[in-house]
Amino acid sequence: MYKLHIDKVTFAYGPLQPPVLADIGLSIGSDEFVAVVGRSGSGKTSLLSLAAGFLKPTKGRVHIDGRTVEGPSAERAVVFQDDALFPWLTARQNVGFALKLKGIPKAERERRVAELLAHVDLAACADKAIWELSGGMRQRVGIARALAADPEFLLMDEPLGALDALTRERMQEFLLHLWQDSGAGVLLITHSIEEALFLATRVVVLAPSPRRIVADIPVTFGRRLLQGDTSRAIKSDPAFVAARERLRDLIELQDFEV
Amino acid sequence: MSTIEDIAGQDEPTAPAPISPGFDWVRLVPLLTVFAIITLWSLAASRGWVSKVFLPSPLAVLKSAYQVSVSGFADSTLLQHLLASLGRVFGALAASIVVAVPIGAIIASSRIGRGIFDPIVEFLRPLPPLAYLPLIIIWFGIGEASKVLVIGLAMAPPIIIATAAGVRSVSRDRLNAARSLGATRSQLLRFVVLPSALPSIVTGIRIALGAGWSTLVAAELVAASRGLGFMIQSAATFLGTDVVILGIAVIGIVAILLELLMRALERRFVPWSTHL
Ligand SMILES: Nc1ncnc2c1ncn2[C@@H]1O[C@H](COP(=O)(O)OP(=O)(O)OP(=O)(O)O)[C@@H](O)[C@H]1O
Ligand SMILES: [Mg+2]
Repeated sequence: MYKLHIDKVTFAYGPLQPPVLADIGLSIGSDEFVAVVGRSGSGKTSLLSLAAGFLKPTKGRVHIDGRTVEGPSAERAVVFQDDALFPWLTARQNVGFALKLKGIPKAERERRVAELLAHVDLAACADKAIWELSGGMRQRVGIARALAADPEFLLMDEPLGALDALTRERMQEFLLHLWQDSGAGVLLITHSIEEALFLATRVVVLAPSPRRIVADIPVTFGRRLLQGDTSRAIKSDPAFVAARERLRDLIELQDFEV
Repeated sequence: MSTIEDIAGQDEPTAPAPISPGFDWVRLVPLLTVFAIITLWSLAASRGWVSKVFLPSPLAVLKSAYQVSVSGFADSTLLQHLLASLGRVFGALAASIVVAVPIGAIIASSRIGRGIFDPIVEFLRPLPPLAYLPLIIIWFGIGEASKVLVIGLAMAPPIIIATAAGVRSVSRDRLNAARSLGATRSQLLRFVVLPSALPSIVTGIRIALGAGWSTLVAAELVAASRGLGFMIQSAATFLGTDVVILGIAVIGIVAILLELLMRALERRFVPWSTHL
């Protein structure tokens, strides 16, 4: 098992700017599903960018079991907040991008891509241009594109933000199964407390200014879905509702501290 | 307070405006303009408002078009003149793409490169070709190379500027996405930067083609034996106004056709240009 460590990281966008993140410590095991919640502007995307290697810590270090993360790599695939798909490629070609970079032979590539497209329920739209897809479809292409890299860690920034409630719930179930099947550690950033509780094995709360982690809570609701419970049953379970309210209190409390 | 009925009823009375099935008469306006100009021109010629030497009738120009096409003017047919000019312009286009795209990419990606090339481009861009033509002839002689060079010098700046703009506007998220999917530097260049910049480069090429085509007459000013510009100039020395007008008309019409061709190519080869 690998562990991605964000080790006492402080980060500022410029030498004269106040730090966006201060002294953050967070580790993600490759068997974990860690959800980060926090208000808009609390530094969630910045945190993910540090883990991905797009940004370099001002202080501290990001490493995988001691090996310092120097930049982006296919072992840490990213699903972006605003999809970042390649509009010059079809949905199918977007998904196959990582395999093409690796020089995987065409036949093998096509087989893998078809598998992934079916997995995200997009087989019918495979040869459409990106701008012909809906927001939710694009996000699914983005997820399939990241999975094709066969990553150790999947870093997702609000992947379900563009979806309606029902599709979102289906996609949540899909993400849980995906996590179980792929064997990758997941870092999921979300605005939705409910989504975090439902999916994650740990929920991390990021508080705004001073932006730091104020809670790191183990949860187990998702496991019940994998064992056969329905989403609805789990989300209306009094234990779930109570946890949701407590988490919400925690986040709102932080807001007043500012 | 609004009730459900209020809300539901709101969109009922206004049926969607039907898409007009009738003919769009406004589209005929440009045709009318052309028709009016030709009519006025015919009248001016036939009524003798202007001497035939200065303004031959449209019919006379058509006749000379036929004559030049079949028996030629100054030892070449109209088609041969046209092909000579097109050859120079497309030769210059190929050469300036090869030079200008890398320079544009360098300007966009390195501050030193920008420092080196920016002053040259900015100086060259507004210069009229007639200004540097004599210098080029002194340096490179009166051969074909000088003509292609004159046209190429007019074409390179728009391509350089458009390429630089295209490369500079590559989305950071897309670059990061490719890097986190395992792209190396050269793969980034080929699979992300190039396709991102391509719509802008194609636009630059379209503008360059217009600029190059309009320097044609200047380029063929000296020691050409074929070409539309040459045809116009040699006709002018004999007061062959009909051939002069013919040459101008062909240059103008070809310019429009080139523009349409480039737009079609743009739609065909960079359909993502409006979705970046
Ligand atoms: N490129 C940048 N340069 C300077 N400041 C930035 C940059 N990107 C983000 N910030 C600032 O850093 C802070 C955190 O931004 P970040 O994007 O990480 O928030 P977020 O939690 O992802 O918000 P959201 O939920 O709206 O996506 C914000 O105050 C923002 O203004
Ligand atoms: Mg964000």
